[in-house]
Amino acid sequence: MPANRFNGFTEYGVGIGLRVPHYQHILAKKPVVDWFEIISENFMVDGGRPLAILDQILDQYRVVQHGVSMYFGSAEPLNREHLRRLKALVRRTKTPWLSDHLCWGSVDGTYSHDLLPMPYTRDAVRTTARKIREARDFLEVPVVVENVSSYAEFHVSEMTEWEFLTEVVEAADCGILLDVNNIYVSSRNHNFDPYDYLHAVPRHRVAQIHIAGHSKFRKYILDTHDHPVIDPVWRLYARAIELIGHTATLLEWDDRIPSFDEVHNEALKANRFVTRAVEAVS
Amino acid sequence: MNLDQIQRDMFEAVRTPLTSTERMKPRTLDGRSTREIANRVIKPNDRLTSVERLEIYNRQYWFRLISTFADDFPGLRAITGARAFDKIAVAYLAECPSRSFTLRNLGSRLEFWLRDNPEYIRGVENIALDMVRLEWADIEAFDGPYGDRLTEADLASLGEDPRFRLQPYVQLLDLSYPVDELLLHVRRRQDVVPFSSNAVNARRRTKLRRSALPAPEKTFLAVYRLDDSVYFKRLDPEAFALLGALRSGLPLSRAIEISVPYTNRPLDRVTSQMRDWFANWASLGWFTKSTSGTDH
Repeated sequence: MPANRFNGFTEYGVGIGLRVPHYQHILAKKPVVDWFEIISENFMVDGGRPLAILDQILDQYRVVQHGVSMYFGSAEPLNREHLRRLKALVRRTKTPWLSDHLCWGSVDGTYSHDLLPMPYTRDAVRTTARKIREARDFLEVPVVVENVSSYAEFHVSEMTEWEFLTEVVEAADCGILLDVNNIYVSSRNHNFDPYDYLHAVPRHRVAQIHIAGHSKFRKYILDTHDHPVIDPVWRLYARAIELIGHTATLLEWDDRIPSFDEVHNEALKANRFVTRAVEAVS
Repeated sequence: MNLDQIQRDMFEAVRTPLTSTERMKPRTLDGRSTREIANRVIKPNDRLTSVERLEIYNRQYWFRLISTFADDFPGLRAITGARAFDKIAVAYLAECPSRSFTLRNLGSRLEFWLRDNPEYIRGVENIALDMVRLEWADIEAFDGPYGDRLTEADLASLGEDPRFRLQPYVQLLDLSYPVDELLLHVRRRQDVVPFSSNAVNARRRTKLRRSALPAPEKTFLAVYRLDDSVYFKRLDPEAFALLGALRSGLPLSRAIEISVPYTNRPLDRVTSQMRDWFANWASLGWFTKSTSGTDH
């Protein structure tokens, strides 16, 4: 089910994140890329180079917005100034859907700039779903939420992460940005089977998929986005595509960023699994 | 525990500065036990204690903020040295944590905080404050608001004694040191491309050669952008005063009167000088029809 109401009924293929070290290459060489994902906060400014570059990209490419600081899961209300600026950017990019994370990160207007994990409670489901609905109503664009990598679990949790994700998206009636690397990282950090997670996700709500690399430490894994995608994550991705269908897929590479071609080629590996899934279905 | 209480407790621990060995401190900023918070809120697993799991977030918080702060203020770091800079970063960010959804504004209160806490820049107070003002002006000029540029046709319709409005992104600085040259020198030695992402940060440890500090030299500077790049332009004292007077909203005649002394110089030379200034500033797009609006 590639096109659905959560991704604006689009049929996007494999994209990559738009990152500063690649600007010159993209604008000069105009490589064929199905779509770019931008970090919304990097372009929620009043003027200057960020918006000039974005406008040049928009002339040539399809762009989808991905945010890092909406914090749907924070107990405090949404930041109205953030929403106002985000809406201006939505109008500029005409993004068919907009994503942010299923996490929290602010208290009393002070920001952590991190993706802090949710306690999986009914209280948290209600707060998060209400804020997602508020944001979607204000922004007038489909909002989808991404599962995050986490390194901690809470005593108060009343359900698994995938049950929490399902309850939130059902209560908010929103889509999912399914990050298969994050499922893998969290499964290793919290000792669960990533396929249990994958099989439980309400697949009709998946609007987009993220893939990425990560870093292994002795006792845990960190979601660093600074390596190629590892084989276990590709296998998880392949299973996701079998279950969900050909879905807009985005490779994240945010640190120690190699050349544009290296990042793009890594992303395009996803097509192998898409082709196999299509062949299997047909 | 409800959601709000869990988040308050965890955030208080996360934003507590690290020890010198980059571990979690035993007490939060408000004096509570981080171990007690961790044990009460976070589950341990077979490899990590509650404290160790909470510590991952504590470290990421500080690594991310300090890296961004260092990206934004490389000139200050070159003046103070790495060790003193890290102390400034931790003390400032502990007292002035981010109040914005974007990391862009992380250093917005640094000048005022340093004025209130001069012990962190003892011995280099004036040049450090000049550098912080310049580096913040650079951030503001880079992506600050923009008004419609004043055209030649607009100039003709301004009337006899117009009020010129400066583009909001043009920053005017009167400095006691030539920190513009120092900052350009520092930047030539490094190549940093900061941007936000949702990846976990590793602590970047860039090598630092502490810069030789220049002698005091009164410097009047405009920080502005042109074709989406930021530039520094040295100004004559009179030109600086004139631009400041125009920015304050004074009509041209009054702005000239208070900023350009006629002593010792023939009137035609002063007039010619001002004509050149205005032609240059207009060509750089410094005048606007309005004071609000955004680019493109």
